[in-house]
Amino acid sequence: MKQFGGPLLFLNRSDINTDEIIPAKYLTEISKEALKPYCLEDLKLPDFNPKTDVPGKAAILTRANFGCGSSREHAPWALEVNGINVVVAESFARIFRQNMYNCGLLAIELPASTIEDLFKTFYGKPTTLKVDIEQGRLTFLSEGVSKEVSFTLSDFERALVKAGGWVQFAAERY
Amino acid sequence: MSGQPKTLVEKIFDTHLIDKPFGEAWVLRLDMVFCHEITTPVAINDLVSRGMDRVFDPTRIKAVIDHVTPAKDSKTALQGKILRDWARRHGIKDFFDVGRNGVCHALFPEKGFVRPGYTIIMGDSHTCTHGAFGAFAAGVGTTDLEVGILKGVCAFKPPRTMRINLNGKLAPDVSAKDVILTVIATIGVAGATDRVMEFGGPVVDALSMEGRMTLCNMAVEAGATSGICMPDMTTVEYLWPFIGPEGEARYGTKEEALEDFKKWWSDPDASYESVIDIDCSTIRPLSTVGYKPDQVVPIEKMEKIWVDQVYIGSCTNGRIEDLREAARVLKGRKIADTVRGIVSPATPAVYAQALQEGIIQIFMDAGFCVTNPTCGACLGMSNGVLAEGEVCASTTNRNFYGRMGKGGMVHLMSPANAAATAIAGYITTPEALGITSKV
Repeated sequence: MKQFGGPLLFLNRSDINTDEIIPAKYLTEISKEALKPYCLEDLKLPDFNPKTDVPGKAAILTRANFGCGSSREHAPWALEVNGINVVVAESFARIFRQNMYNCGLLAIELPASTIEDLFKTFYGKPTTLKVDIEQGRLTFLSEGVSKEVSFTLSDFERALVKAGGWVQFAAERY
Repeated sequence: MSGQPKTLVEKIFDTHLIDKPFGEAWVLRLDMVFCHEITTPVAINDLVSRGMDRVFDPTRIKAVIDHVTPAKDSKTALQGKILRDWARRHGIKDFFDVGRNGVCHALFPEKGFVRPGYTIIMGDSHTCTHGAFGAFAAGVGTTDLEVGILKGVCAFKPPRTMRINLNGKLAPDVSAKDVILTVIATIGVAGATDRVMEFGGPVVDALSMEGRMTLCNMAVEAGATSGICMPDMTTVEYLWPFIGPEGEARYGTKEEALEDFKKWWSDPDASYESVIDIDCSTIRPLSTVGYKPDQVVPIEKMEKIWVDQVYIGSCTNGRIEDLREAARVLKGRKIADTVRGIVSPATPAVYAQALQEGIIQIFMDAGFCVTNPTCGACLGMSNGVLAEGEVCASTTNRNFYGRMGKGGMVHLMSPANAAATAIAGYITTPEALGITSKV
């Protein structure tokens, strides 16, 4: 199975929508790779500049209801082509969450108090996220400080991640 | 359908279940897969590259070019071409191209493709609109769409139903748009995530199919998988040209059709995850402020907000009833010099009906630009994109930052309020302008 996680990007707000992740004007692209320069372009947050903060990141930590709005799978694709393969949040919008697993990417939900604690501990510091899918364990690591958090995947989500997505799974089964 | 009492959605899941590969994932057989030119081409290309360029059933796939039409540049022309070539190659008869195309969620119901008890997916979040007919209709991403096209199946979590009782009676100048904005403001933008919102009560009973579509259309703005209404005589009347003697002749009489539709009704003792009661009699004309659809205020309590553009159209409010509602306000009046008014009738049939009723003339006399049917302006793709710092009063469904153009501000409201706003130049209501728009 492929490796998940790496340098962490903090997006400190709830309800980040898919228009902010990838604006509709780029939906005229028909390749995933073409979305790469525009990831999170319309997201306005203090201490966040998509041009400099997205490159090199492999994981996102954010708040509640991430990926709300449009059904566009261009949102997970924009993350994927930038090397981001796991998003950790308090909660996700349904379609975005399913799109992540359908692409073989991870959308991991943690309790609000845990998310709050992680922001308190690591926000503003260069942080790395390690993901152990077999053990169901996330390790956040920064400047000698580390925190371990456990997570669970449903059997379906685990199967999709292992199969590398829903198309292959369904094509073989139905 | 015996055994324990069930909700409408539970009945649809039971009758369409084909596999439970894992406890929490129910794989359902799909009655319809709808496609448009923005999210489908990538799925088509992926199927081709996997050597699986097939469709499960060309009669159950419906396709339309609607987001950018006619094409505005080479990229959108290519998206249209990929969809068009694919539809021809697979014998998808119901493909709607320039001249016959319209906003998907207005066009497909109008063609009779949506029926009570159906399962429907589309690569578009506002697919929940079709729940107005008592169907389970859900927006999905391109991968789910791709599997739907190939195999006619889609996986969902077992449904949890929220019952939303819309009680009372709407005041004049208050419409389905104000009702759904109230619901979203009540439960929040994630208040119905992974849930189906079942709308019922006297307000729903009194709404037309157009109004119910407006209601269900914005269920996703509260995070819902779908909105849904019980099919009743209003549903039968709407579908009669397709199901009666002039159509498939499935039913001899309307009463017979209604009796059959009732099998989908939620059982009286069905259990809901939650029940929310809303007194709709007290709803005042509303507008959103800010960048989330749950940030809603009565217009009469807003400070004066000047607008640069007024947009009437979209899958939320571009149907004939919406145009009539706006035209009643605009009739014999001019929009403010400072306002660009744009109206996009949602389908060719809506356009033709509006022409016949003199509504298009009213819009033009008032100073509106009338565009062809398209989604364009709603998501800032074409036909009315905002410039940085501009403000738009819009009958659409999303007020996200930059939604209608980078750096633009969107205020969501009903067609009547949008029309009044166009006349005044600032956000207002027909009542505040002394216009009686309902008789």
